[in-house]
Amino acid sequence: MSTSVLPSQNGPQPAPDASGDRRLRAGAFGNAVHLVCRECRATQELGPSYACSECFGPLEIGYDFPEVTRAQIEGGPKNIWRYQALLPVPTDITSSPNMEPGFTRLIKAGNLGRELGIRNLWVKDDSGNPTHSFKDRVVAVALSAAREFGSTVFACPSTGNLANAVAAAGARAGMKTVVFIPDNLERPKVITTAVYGGTLIAVKGSYDDVNRLASEIAGEEEGWAFVNVNVRPYYAEGSKTLGYEVAEQLGWRLPQQVVIPVASGSQLTKVDKGFSELVSLGLVEDTPYKIFGAQAHGCSPVSAAFKDGHDVVRPVKPDTIAKSLAIGNPADGPYVLDVTRRTGGAVEDVTDEEVRDGIQLLARTEGVFAETAGGVTVATLRKLVESGQLDPDAETVVFNTGDGLKTLDAVADRVGPAATIEPSYAAFTAAAVV
Amino acid sequence: MSVSVRIPTILRTYTNGESEVSADGGTLAAVLDSLEQSYPGIKGRIVDEQGTIRRFVNVYVGNDDVRFLEALDTTTPEGAQVSVIPAVAGG
Repeated sequence: MSTSVLPSQNGPQPAPDASGDRRLRAGAFGNAVHLVCRECRATQELGPSYACSECFGPLEIGYDFPEVTRAQIEGGPKNIWRYQALLPVPTDITSSPNMEPGFTRLIKAGNLGRELGIRNLWVKDDSGNPTHSFKDRVVAVALSAAREFGSTVFACPSTGNLANAVAAAGARAGMKTVVFIPDNLERPKVITTAVYGGTLIAVKGSYDDVNRLASEIAGEEEGWAFVNVNVRPYYAEGSKTLGYEVAEQLGWRLPQQVVIPVASGSQLTKVDKGFSELVSLGLVEDTPYKIFGAQAHGCSPVSAAFKDGHDVVRPVKPDTIAKSLAIGNPADGPYVLDVTRRTGGAVEDVTDEEVRDGIQLLARTEGVFAETAGGVTVATLRKLVESGQLDPDAETVVFNTGDGLKTLDAVADRVGPAATIEPSYAAFTAAAVV
Repeated sequence: MSVSVRIPTILRTYTNGESEVSADGGTLAAVLDSLEQSYPGIKGRIVDEQGTIRRFVNVYVGNDDVRFLEALDTTTPEGAQVSVIPAVAGG
């Protein structure tokens, strides 16, 4: 790729380096060639821009992929960088300190499948990432972009998981971090962000309020890379790796059905993009798949729009224990509707009690302790199969995107010791709990 | 009614680089008309041909998203702050 001058279409430009040079180095974004608007398809040069200068539509990365083979990928590292050729990152990405996320386990979920009457069920367990959620994937790609743009501050608005991932990745990269969270966030997520150092700011308001503030700051401050604002096109690409991994771990084929949590909706749309790219590159057969979205009822604007047959999403004020999904004004909501309808899937929502049930069900059947978002997907999986929307005979993958240790309160009052006894065999037998 | 309007970077080509400008009007619709008078072309970037706020633009009066209020009919009291912000962020 030739060297290009950074555009100045939206958002501040990164700070120049010591020489005052604002040019990107050759190959800074791998096989990515431009930014393209998802709405009007206008293109612009790669830069720290996220909204189309023509119509405000979201920008995403356009590529000119070379031939990519399964052998090349399989010969790569056991993390997301095995897919470097398919991401907007340079070929030397592994040489700079990062969290090396990805290649998390895909578990054959026979017990859960039997319980739900699904013959061929898998759990993609992304709690195994370095900060215990899928956010390490997207942040790793955003960090690369921030480096290439010469950004001096690595920042985000977050519902918690992203806060963990940004704070940790920034620490590892030696970059200043500033993380904004709603002031009602679960305490474990506050601690697991603050422990990495950096600046953590609690904002009096909802996630949507925090997000708005971040958008305003991103428009004013020089040199800030807000991972999910002005470098969002790069960041979002990291979620494609969930789709790549599922296909590779299934033996280079696409699952017939996937159930994915929906917050902003970015992850779901990028898994779809990942599947599509694998097909177009000839890495998997072009077999049909259905994508299902999962929301908590207390924040279900996309599910509501799906059920009402709308193609726009009406924002809501969130009220759910699934705080990591509590985005009332989801940026990619309309695209979730497009993807789920195009593939023959659906978007469904579940109550907080069903979320708790889902967490316990997955833990009890497969030994996987999911964060509330995982409870949402498992509960939604159950609802979809019970309502006949999901085919119990089709190979199905359900996503767990975070670790239950982050949201202990969700089930704290539901679980505990069967008995508290004296340390004697007589007391044990008298308790009769085994 | 005189209000203050915060302009996103993407629209500052219309406002000579100004990040905050003044406008008049008792409703958001009137404020946008006032903006258009001062900065021709800007209104069409915020509302579509049908006259509704574009899908990927959020507009706030004070701290409230006007989609939760009366959209373009939302009242804009004297001294109110109107903010126009790209919607594609977060998650």
